[in-house]
Amino acid sequence: MKYPKIVTFLCSWCGYGGADTAGVSRFQYPPSIRVIRVMCSGRVDSAIILEAFELGADGVLVCGCHPGDCHYSDGNLKAEKRINDLKQILELVGFGSERLRLEWVSASEGAKFASVVKEFTEEITEIGPNPLKK
Amino acid sequence: MTKNYVGAVLIIGGGVSGIQASLDLAESGLKVYLVEKNPSIGGGMAQLDKTFPTNDCSMCILAPKMVEVARHPNIELITYAEVKEVKGHVGNFRIKIQKNPRYVDEKTCNGCGLCAEKCPVLIPNEFDSNIGAQKVIGLPFPQAVPAVYTIYKDFCIECRSCEFVCDKKAINFQQEPQEIQINVGAIIVSTGHAVFDAAKKSVYKFGIYKNVITSLEFERLLSASGPTQGHVIKFSDGQEPKNIAFIQCVGSRDEKIGNPYCSRVCCMYATKEAIIAKEHNRNLEITIFFMDLRAYGKAFQEYVQRARDEYGINYIRARVSDIQEDTKTNNLIIKYIDTVTSEYKKFEADMVVLSCGLVKQNNAEKLAQILNTELDENGFFKEKDLKTAPMDTAIPGIYICGTAQGPKDIPDSVAQGSGAAARAVIPIAEARGTLIKEKIFPLEKLVTIEEEPRIGVFVCHCGTNIAGVVNIPEVVNHAKSLPNVVYATNTVYACADDAQTQIKKAINDYNLNRVVVASCTPRTHEVLFRGTLKEGGLNPYLFEMANIREHSSWVHTHEPQEATERAKDQLRMAAAKARLLRPQEEKEIPVIPSALVIGAGISGMMAALNIADQGFKVYLVDKKSEPGGLLKEIYKVFPTNGYSKDVLEPIIKKVKEHNNIELLTSSTVKEVVGYIGNFDVKISREDQDILVKVGTIVVATGSQEFKPNGMFGYGKHPNVMTQLELEQKLANHELKNPKNIVMIQCVGAREENGRTYCSRVCCAVALKNAQTIKEMYPNCDVSICYRDIQSFGKKHEEYYEKTQEIGVNFLKYEPEKPPSVNDGKVLVFDNVLRREIELDADYIILSTPLVPTEDAETLSKTLKVPRSPDGFFAEAHAKLRPVEFMSDGIYLCGCAQGPKDITDSVSQACGAASRAIVPMAKGKIKLEALTTFVDIDVCIGCGQCVKICSFNAIKLKEIKPGISKADVEEVICKGCGGCVPTCPTGALSQKGFETIQIRSMVKAFLEE
Repeated sequence: MKYPKIVTFLCSWCGYGGADTAGVSRFQYPPSIRVIRVMCSGRVDSAIILEAFELGADGVLVCGCHPGDCHYSDGNLKAEKRINDLKQILELVGFGSERLRLEWVSASEGAKFASVVKEFTEEITEIGPNPLKK
Repeated sequence: MTKNYVGAVLIIGGGVSGIQASLDLAESGLKVYLVEKNPSIGGGMAQLDKTFPTNDCSMCILAPKMVEVARHPNIELITYAEVKEVKGHVGNFRIKIQKNPRYVDEKTCNGCGLCAEKCPVLIPNEFDSNIGAQKVIGLPFPQAVPAVYTIYKDFCIECRSCEFVCDKKAINFQQEPQEIQINVGAIIVSTGHAVFDAAKKSVYKFGIYKNVITSLEFERLLSASGPTQGHVIKFSDGQEPKNIAFIQCVGSRDEKIGNPYCSRVCCMYATKEAIIAKEHNRNLEITIFFMDLRAYGKAFQEYVQRARDEYGINYIRARVSDIQEDTKTNNLIIKYIDTVTSEYKKFEADMVVLSCGLVKQNNAEKLAQILNTELDENGFFKEKDLKTAPMDTAIPGIYICGTAQGPKDIPDSVAQGSGAAARAVIPIAEARGTLIKEKIFPLEKLVTIEEEPRIGVFVCHCGTNIAGVVNIPEVVNHAKSLPNVVYATNTVYACADDAQTQIKKAINDYNLNRVVVASCTPRTHEVLFRGTLKEGGLNPYLFEMANIREHSSWVHTHEPQEATERAKDQLRMAAAKARLLRPQEEKEIPVIPSALVIGAGISGMMAALNIADQGFKVYLVDKKSEPGGLLKEIYKVFPTNGYSKDVLEPIIKKVKEHNNIELLTSSTVKEVVGYIGNFDVKISREDQDILVKVGTIVVATGSQEFKPNGMFGYGKHPNVMTQLELEQKLANHELKNPKNIVMIQCVGAREENGRTYCSRVCCAVALKNAQTIKEMYPNCDVSICYRDIQSFGKKHEEYYEKTQEIGVNFLKYEPEKPPSVNDGKVLVFDNVLRREIELDADYIILSTPLVPTEDAETLSKTLKVPRSPDGFFAEAHAKLRPVEFMSDGIYLCGCAQGPKDITDSVSQACGAASRAIVPMAKGKIKLEALTTFVDIDVCIGCGQCVKICSFNAIKLKEIKPGISKADVEEVICKGCGGCVPTCPTGALSQKGFETIQIRSMVKAFLEE
């Protein structure tokens, strides 16, 4: 595999904005991610993340607003709690939690978005493909 | 009867206050002409990296407002233009505007940027404080509005390579200045400020030593989108600095250079820049040399405390007398007087940041002349009355707001922007709605989820922006292979007018019931395409976008095959979701055209008058038997020294006589149910309940003075009293021939724990009462023991100077060594003598903070609105929504939000009035379409979603005896979808982001 497949959920206000800014600023990053826009990172279901892994995603990245910046007051903190819980479950079942990542990226942080994708891609590449991939 | 008033307003200056004024006016039925002299709107705020005290990214919160302005059907944006002539009078001004040539056609340019790429000439980037470089043709910054390029002709070599590459043929070297004539009913001046030219303060050697830079340059260095991508470097060697010194009051509080006033923002922005710099590099040492630390706003004091404690930023009270450079290291030796100990000292730093003040706008005189308005002695626009009419000018129909009126921070500018909007409508209210048009759309085609999807796909080249990297034919072919795609094509610019026509035609020709556009970001363009669908007779929510520019061609530029693969995947995912999209309804609900204002102090009365003057009914409620609030207990007002009753009485009279105001005194608000547009309010008045229906609510419940029982002998000794108690005694001439009076500041304020905040007004109150005492008892000595004198308001610094001149003693104390009271004497530690000194005192006056009223907690529960940690009501956003609550339809102003003086209270009151008027003037509000909905057959009524919703939008509703189900109040739901994952049975769905839709995207990506 040249690039891992990373399902990426971006909140419309910050994460997606950060990815847009990366584009506007022409910050290059590996073509490993595919973006699904949601209004708030708090919308991201654990079940959908699990399904992504089941279908063979090598990684799942969720980006929301920095704490305090959430357009909906605290949706990002809801996401944080859910993802932390899910990570524990992933550890418990032996899948490991390192394929799932939550990051705070503001709409101006194009450089940060690019480096998050780059680092996560490198880490996932190192771990290797998702063993569930058929 | 009509007076032929023009229902339009001219706004001069597109910074944050002008933007706010424009949006408020356009939303409430006025046509707006927003004239901006620069190529883009955004003003000073656009240049900031972050904002204090929340460290919000400045551009992230401003850019959506800028886009809103550009898209608003009632706002005509006239950029790169100047007002040349104003004739006529209120209700009918005739304006001549000169639009300067950009040499790029605004209608044709789509901001693709190819021209700038090809342009061979680099010039300093003004937006980046001239640190970085930009091309001669360019946008001032990436988020510029309008996103139209400008050729800076003075530098252009006319090689015409831009003309050659522009396939839209937008370049026009023949453009001439153009004269535009408009008629308006009112004018708002929001021209902002300029930044003090640091070179004028020669002792700081700006422009001579490379490592002496301005705070604005530092701000750009900190910005991730700035010239160094957020890396702070020294200009001498490009290395990171290790030890930075900030010097405050550069061009402020400086009579010698002609700026006697305080710039009001520098202490806080320096603290912010220091914090951000520390976040970039924890090992950095930062020292701030200041005169008085003015952290007077909400959460400011706490911010400074964090800067000291958590970030280790060092604050030194000093006056800097000289800076010399070490020629070997380029380090800077700062000579200063420590004003605590009066010692001369030296400090070495490798970078010096000059905290430059805000000064009058360069063209202020010229504009004032054109408008026939006055400027104050510092060159800011002069208000009609500093206390009660800070946004009016002497000329009827001309208003001012933001830093054009005087230095102020963002929330105060925003409040004034709204406030000026309210003021501007009043004389021309009858012309509301006469110049705006509502768009009429064709009848929508009925689309159900059961019928076969017929998807049309449009893949955008964006000139070569996408097509230069992504293989467009391959993507179009891929689209054609996807299920339910009945039509797929390419288009050079999907956003261009001709493409809109093409999309509408395809909807009709191919009987499309879903549309997918693969182009740029939905954050800027979704609204446009949704509008196109609407015009094409299709529900606007049957649309999905794939971002193949920002998220593909621009970030995988050197891997065209991978970029093409990503574009195909993102398009396939979008089509998969599109297949499952349902039409959505944009519901509208009517708004009752009346308002409830709670609290009849100066803020409440001003809010009520501004709403009532625009023709809306107001119920003005106060718990006391008479209106007037805290101001009734005050003798004189600063900095005018006029009598408080002269300020108050005319306003009370107006309120009592106003036909649209129903004053309900001795009344309290007992119960409020409903939502924006439709609140049912129960008011209790002397054992009687009054029921009213209102569309909006303004909270103006004010504050009260803290009574410092047990502190400094207060409560035990009758001659120890608070400032407010002193005012009463002064009013009644009750002081008995005083010889010595000592005032102690910050009693019960700026504490380490508890009341941590600065109460903003107490210093000015002390100055005022000291002046009054000196006037009444010229032989009485007055001493003020203070920590920092907070004279930041307009004319306040001059007022402080005057107080010093008339012989009032100022004794500085540090919080670690507070004064004490012993046997009628005040003991203060004198830093210069390094020992305690004794002050005789016939009266000891304690300056105590304003604290929330006792009923604030109850009211916050009644209205379900939050309070800040300090107990005052919490506004929706510290910067951009200062006079409204998170809950729609409820607004706030004055001391209910936090301590403030009359001027700032009135500004906020007018601002809150404007915000409250918007929905009432519209008469209806559009609800968020993409809300959560409940499948009640699946819901088990567990209530998880009720608990998690941050907006209280979900309730359990009994549908049968004993059986409750979740019920979403669509009026309140903001459409975040945060509740959906909590539902254990999958009964909740978010429209437009249904689980099945998101899953289809995951599958479309991974199952290929």
